[in-house]
Amino acid sequence: SAGSCHSVSSSGMAGADGDDSLYPIAVLIDELRNEDVQLRLNSIKKLSTIALALGVERTRTELLPFLTDTIYDEDEVLLALAEQLGNFTMLVGGPEYVHCLLPPLESLATVEETVVRDKAVESLRKISHEHSPVDLEVHFEPLVKRLASGDWFTSRTSACGLFSVCYPRVSSTVKAEIRQHFRNLCSDDTPMVRRAAASKLGEFAKVLELEYVKSDIISLFTALASDEQDSVRLLAVEACVSIATLLPQEDLETLVMPTLRQAAEDKSWRVRYMVADKFSELQKAVGPEITKNDLVPAFQNLLKDCEAEVRAAAANKVKEFCENLPEDSRETIIMTHILPCVKELVSDTNQHVKSALASVIMGLSTILGKDNTIEHLLPLFLAQLKDECPEVRLNIISNLDCVNEVIGIRQLSQSLLPAIVELAEDAKWRVRLAIIEYMPLLAGQLGVEFFDEKLNSLCMAWLVDHVYAIREAATCNLTKLVEKFGAEWAQNTIVPKVLGMANDPNYLHRMTTLFCINALSEACGQEITTKHMLPVVLKMSNDQVANVRFNVAKSLQKIGPVLDSNCLQTEVKPVLEKLAADQDIDVKYFAQEAIRGRDYDDDDLEAPDITLYSL
Amino acid sequence: MTPPTPASPSPCTFWLGLGAQISSGFSRLSPPCCVFFAGSDIDTRKINNSFLRDHNYATEADIISTVEFNSTGELLATGDKGGRVVVFQREQESKNQPHRRGEYNVYSTFQSHEPEFDYLKSLEIEEKINKIRWLPQQNAAYFLLSTNDKTVKLWKISERDKRPEGYNLKDEDGRIRDPTTITALRVPVLRPMDLMVEATPRRVFSNAHTYHINSISVNSDYETYMSTDDLRINLWHLEITNRSFNIVDIKPANMEELTEVITAAEFHPNQCNTFVYSSSKGSIRLCDMRAAALCDNHSKFFEEPEDPSNRSFFSEIISSISDVKFSHSGRYLMTRDYLTVKVWDLNMESKPLETYQVHDYLRSKLCSLYENDCIFDKFECVWNGTDSVLMTGSYNNFFRMFDRNTKRDVTLEASRENSKPRAILKPRKVCVGGKRRKDEISVDSLDFSKKILHTAWHPSENIIAVAATNNLYIFQDKVN
Repeated sequence: SAGSCHSVSSSGMAGADGDDSLYPIAVLIDELRNEDVQLRLNSIKKLSTIALALGVERTRTELLPFLTDTIYDEDEVLLALAEQLGNFTMLVGGPEYVHCLLPPLESLATVEETVVRDKAVESLRKISHEHSPVDLEVHFEPLVKRLASGDWFTSRTSACGLFSVCYPRVSSTVKAEIRQHFRNLCSDDTPMVRRAAASKLGEFAKVLELEYVKSDIISLFTALASDEQDSVRLLAVEACVSIATLLPQEDLETLVMPTLRQAAEDKSWRVRYMVADKFSELQKAVGPEITKNDLVPAFQNLLKDCEAEVRAAAANKVKEFCENLPEDSRETIIMTHILPCVKELVSDTNQHVKSALASVIMGLSTILGKDNTIEHLLPLFLAQLKDECPEVRLNIISNLDCVNEVIGIRQLSQSLLPAIVELAEDAKWRVRLAIIEYMPLLAGQLGVEFFDEKLNSLCMAWLVDHVYAIREAATCNLTKLVEKFGAEWAQNTIVPKVLGMANDPNYLHRMTTLFCINALSEACGQEITTKHMLPVVLKMSNDQVANVRFNVAKSLQKIGPVLDSNCLQTEVKPVLEKLAADQDIDVKYFAQEAIRGRDYDDDDLEAPDITLYSL
Repeated sequence: MTPPTPASPSPCTFWLGLGAQISSGFSRLSPPCCVFFAGSDIDTRKINNSFLRDHNYATEADIISTVEFNSTGELLATGDKGGRVVVFQREQESKNQPHRRGEYNVYSTFQSHEPEFDYLKSLEIEEKINKIRWLPQQNAAYFLLSTNDKTVKLWKISERDKRPEGYNLKDEDGRIRDPTTITALRVPVLRPMDLMVEATPRRVFSNAHTYHINSISVNSDYETYMSTDDLRINLWHLEITNRSFNIVDIKPANMEELTEVITAAEFHPNQCNTFVYSSSKGSIRLCDMRAAALCDNHSKFFEEPEDPSNRSFFSEIISSISDVKFSHSGRYLMTRDYLTVKVWDLNMESKPLETYQVHDYLRSKLCSLYENDCIFDKFECVWNGTDSVLMTGSYNNFFRMFDRNTKRDVTLEASRENSKPRAILKPRKVCVGGKRRKDEISVDSLDFSKKILHTAWHPSENIIAVAATNNLYIFQDKVN
């Protein structure tokens, strides 16, 4: 096998007749057929090396014919081959011979795997530019025709992507033929081909002369947009954008708008979804006047659609649509037409719709200004902030900054903070957990001053929550806050409170002190850890509860790396040795582990000794 | 795609009279059919034994569990309880042997599914092929979907007739060449070889069904298909295996409230947005995927009101629909329940257009059929190419055909003893009470272990495939 050949040392090959530069190439060629797909793939990826060694003549006459029939291989090999051939022009002798690459790419353009076909088409498009105008008509265009009239729909779908690259460079007779072929594919029997044609309609329209856009493309567009298969119709929506951009404004009303209106009211929700999804592009393509007269009501309908998927797609576009409205009438349109729909969406039955809306709704405040925001938008934000779905709340909280800019922090705190505090004290621990997770984000958006004043007490209250998961999350939250606001802030605001809990009568709270120290020591740095935290930890080694004592041992190990070695020797070690002689077997164990300096798994460290999850 | 025109004058009257003949059964397949297993003789024999089933004993694994023609009728696929798929190809037309036209030979055999064990649920997953569906042909290769209870697989069946020859580092016999003797590079050359048919798994669609898959159906948009289990229907893109969309879910929040399961589902032949599913309560729901992403609300509901005078303990069991099929035209639906085949017009939901009795003589024997579980048998049903004749199976290796135009029906038997190759099939009669005439068989002597559950009809010609436990019979119109 080729594999065993690798073991032959290269020095042994330098015989009198043998050419040792040939050997690696010989291996590569043989491995094109290796049983191991990885080796075949490897060889295909070095196809240019093989071609270079063979020279242009043998590449054309031997290598390419072989590759043309190698379509039985795995997809990944074929994909690599299709890609390689796109860069092969120089290796077959330059543009003069580039047409030699067509046969292998043609056979790759008919395989069933879409990614391979697409790559083959991409390479064909690439090398089409390297054809001289004559070669394009003699070699390339016949290939396109062959594919376009092939028996199997795979070849016809591939043809759809090739018309636009040859059309601009051929004679007018051939152009007429190409247009005819494209027309045929648009009314092909199989939906696969019609879909491929529909998805290339816009691209093809761009290279056509305006007269043919108006005569040919519009009729094809209209036909595809009323295809019996909704999977075809929805692709026409995309084409609508490119076609509308090509046409002069005065033609849009008669040539494009009837179809677009029909699509926005299509029976199939998938088509309406596509319209909603492409709404911003459509809006830009048709211009301000049509937007005002046609798109605004259409958009209202999409926001009220009976299918949640459509409403969600439209809700996603609310901000962009409003931004792109013509300036003179923007505010009126939003206030009278869009906002009423948005208000309804806030209490939609579907959470994806609400969540989509929540991700963009805050952006409206910049467009509408301070007064409108306070009067009309804040109630909506508040409602969404109290939504039962956490994703909705998160989307609101993560966009607070843009409202902040418009109405100012005071206003914001007065209106939204009560809602946040309410959630922070919710009876359901999962809700509290969700809010804790947003806290670092909020802190970053609102700034340290505001945080200290309004939110810090909340964060500290969570440390003594009766649910372990909340205490754990609160600990983690502190670390993130320290990372944001710095060690000095930590020393002044957090550390005293954390250390104060070391004297709490509840041993669970005392343990929380240890967990916080574990989490904070690194962020706070050596000085604070040695000066303030370590003494507390050491003192807790005398705690009467064994769980606290062995957590001291764990903590000492955890903060060890932050301390200097002198301190470790003189202060930490004696305490650990004392704990290692403890009466309690667990304390002994963890102290010994700490002395040995073994690393713990994180799980080990965070696992609650007594679980107090109350669901 | 233009649908075939329905209800042209039936070419089948001839058939339904006396004219069917056996053109090939499994027993007639000779070993050379399997040439593509170009291995040693031993291999060939082994494969023949397992696939030709030319023996009197049949293992459970040999029982055929599904039969399906492809869209041209050139290929016929069967799946069995052993997880194997056998594909037959129609003999090409030849001038000197015109009668051989219509014979099907083994084209490819492969193991589609293996037995598995779900360790999370401590459940064994059988390898039995529940359904096979062919995809529209897209290139020179053929593609089919096969499914067991949990996993759908997309298979490619392709031919290869060229082989690369010539290595640099070894000689023709495979001996390693001395690297020092390599003075020139050799590029492999493709040479013709014996035709080889390969089946390769292209996609595996798994982990989407909690219950047992009973149907798969390919959409006329050529890019999606649905898979149906007892309570849910999922929609897949043929190229995407890690995501499917749930389009129907009838699972109640509390499983104790479960009163109905989905028994079969199929896409409309040319309206890509329409599909139907049938239920164990005897109703059929037609859904429109345009209306909403989740099709929990049907757009049409077909059900025949129950006749109170016929009500019995078995009413609900025997009204359960075991199969539902759209006609080729897309205008009608055919459903099979335990005793009847019904044809529904899509435009009339209140009652079926036509009802045909398959084996009404069993009505008096429901009690014993309940005891031996036969009452739960899932018979399938098929249309002929012009939607004018229906076919479905029964017991005792009998199968039934109903001509919708002439209202004539016939009972035929798939058995090796009673029908010689190329002989004309004789219609069979079951005698109901009273005197038994010659050639009739009494209800009491029917063999209920010989059931014909799966049949298939060539899409355009009068060729049918009938699976009788471990045997596949192919019948066709008499060739002149």
